Amino acid sequence: MTKDVALDHVTIRFGSHTAVDNALLTIQGGEFFSFLGPSGCGKTTLLRCISGFIEPTEGRVLIGGNDMRRVGPNKRPTALIFQNLALFPLMSVAENIAFPLEVRGVGRKERRRRADELLDLIALPGVGDKKVYELSGGQRQRVAIARALAVEPDILLLDEPLSALDLKLRHHMRTELRSIQKRVGLTFIYITHDQGEALTMSDRVAVMSAGVVQQIDVPEVIYDRPRTAFVASFVGETNAISGKVASQSGGDVVVDTPIGMLPGRASGGRSYAPGDIVTLFIRPEQLAVGEAANAPSISCTVVKEEFEGSVRNLFLEDKGIPLRLSRVNSGSEGAPLVPGQVVKASYNPEKAWALPATPEA
Amino acid sequence: MDRLKSVFDEFVSRHGIGVALFISLTVLVWVLVLIALPQVAMLDYSFRHNLSPQDIGGPQDVYTLSNYGFFLFRDGSGTNTLDMGVLGKTILASVLVTIIDVIVCYPIAFILAHSATGVAARLMILGLIVPFWVNEILRAFAFRVIFGATGLINGVGMSLGFWDVPIDFIRANVALYSGLTYTYILLMVFPIYNAVEALDRNQIEAAQDMGASWWRVHWRIVLPVAKPGIASGATMVFMLTAGALAAPQILGGPSNLWFTQLVYQWFSDAGNWQRGSAYAAILLVTCLGFVLLMMKVFKVNIGAIGR
Repeated sequence: MTKDVALDHVTIRFGSHTAVDNALLTIQGGEFFSFLGPSGCGKTTLLRCISGFIEPTEGRVLIGGNDMRRVGPNKRPTALIFQNLALFPLMSVAENIAFPLEVRGVGRKERRRRADELLDLIALPGVGDKKVYELSGGQRQRVAIARALAVEPDILLLDEPLSALDLKLRHHMRTELRSIQKRVGLTFIYITHDQGEALTMSDRVAVMSAGVVQQIDVPEVIYDRPRTAFVASFVGETNAISGKVASQSGGDVVVDTPIGMLPGRASGGRSYAPGDIVTLFIRPEQLAVGEAANAPSISCTVVKEEFEGSVRNLFLEDKGIPLRLSRVNSGSEGAPLVPGQVVKASYNPEKAWALPATPEA
Repeated sequence: MDRLKSVFDEFVSRHGIGVALFISLTVLVWVLVLIALPQVAMLDYSFRHNLSPQDIGGPQDVYTLSNYGFFLFRDGSGTNTLDMGVLGKTILASVLVTIIDVIVCYPIAFILAHSATGVAARLMILGLIVPFWVNEILRAFAFRVIFGATGLINGVGMSLGFWDVPIDFIRANVALYSGLTYTYILLMVFPIYNAVEALDRNQIEAAQDMGASWWRVHWRIVLPVAKPGIASGATMVFMLTAGALAAPQILGGPSNLWFTQLVYQWFSDAGNWQRGSAYAAILLVTCLGFVLLMMKVFKVNIGAIGR
């Protein structure tokens, strides 16, 4: 029922432009796997390559161990959900869902029965005879999923399907998608530029930049232990402080920055030589106001404080380097800080990552 | 009338009274003087006797159905199968030309809308427009030259040894059908192009991804979208083909009469404008009726054609 998808050194070029550069990864059967990256990073190209609309320039796509070269999209065990859903506006909802069955020559009655079954599965019973335009955005979304499931694919490919929805619905559909995936037990390959979607839904995430897969891991590791400067800055908010490596012992590094000697960790077992240019990444929630025992601290000036509901964002500055600190709005954080005030900001060096400043290939 | 007034009021509020008056006046003149009045005059003619000038306005100048009667029964001497046969053949031939145009133009329009880019697309459009630069009579004679006994096609075919005796394309009406088909290609391509262009390419890919074969993609996805365009193009091509005169005159085989040629003969050769008008009215009503019937059969409504 579920099949692995393996990308074996896949490179895709359009003329002189390399859209995907040497992607090497295996997606397990039954996994919810996301490709996360900014627009133009090659993630959609990669998805179209898996679905069979583009052939890799080099390398192979294997589905369930079979080489997919010269196997058309209609012959692959995949179903693609397009960004704009691509529902057929001239057909009813049931006809849309049953289209893959119609293609296979399934009879009219049986098609209708399957369509109604799938409508039950996506919790939209009884809308089979409606036209597509009569449905809301979220309902169309689910109909597109039902139509893709009617293909009985081993792998469902989703190309930013939530991007057209409003914020509330998007959050709701995250949960919905995840629960549909659990129910049907298929491999979902999900493309998004929204880190929130990738982190909340996925079993594993591949972060891509400029055609290169930067890091593949479970969401927690992607967020807590970024392996490249791109991953650290693209996923979540972060403070980036550039400097030179002063010393390294084991995984612990001390970085010589304009705002002092700051300790951190060398990500991914890298070893630096003294003088190597690095960037130290500290997440806003890892910074805390005041000094703490065994924690390094930076003394800086308050620029402003912004209230954002659940958190307060404190904008700090020292020697021209901006720092952002967020603290949970629990009511116990004491007197509000005034601009110009000098405070100490401390952080846990275990959660600060020194990464090579130039993006690695 | 109320609706017309509200449309006018809305137009005034949007464009000002000057523009509104100018537009309504020109449209009125166009519809009334250029479309309605000549047709009404012709209709009036068709119900009158063909009298000598001094009798016009006299006691003999009364309305009559004799001109229409002639189409059905000649001069009371049995059914006029000849003229009715010509009408039937004209309609059938026009349907054939229309069908050929749909078959030829659908792929052209689809490729133009979804595959051709840049220079190729512009060349295609140019190639479609150029035929309209050439005068209709000239074009018809050019086809005669191509399809004639000593013409290009017979010349090439015989010199390559495909056939030994010249094929009479004129007598077989191949030249006529080719000429008519070619003449109205543009009127078929553009409405279909218009309709198909709106189709989201993802829908084609989605259908392919779900396993649909090439022909099913077209049958289920593209063709339904193209339908109003096909209807609009087919109506125009059918009407113009049935009303064509020069092409049948020049390219038609000796045994092949087009109904417009009958109309022409009554007007010009017989000098009987009254009967000619009746014949023209018969052609118009038959064609309109046929188009409406086809729209019913293919479940197209007039609104879709106007789009």
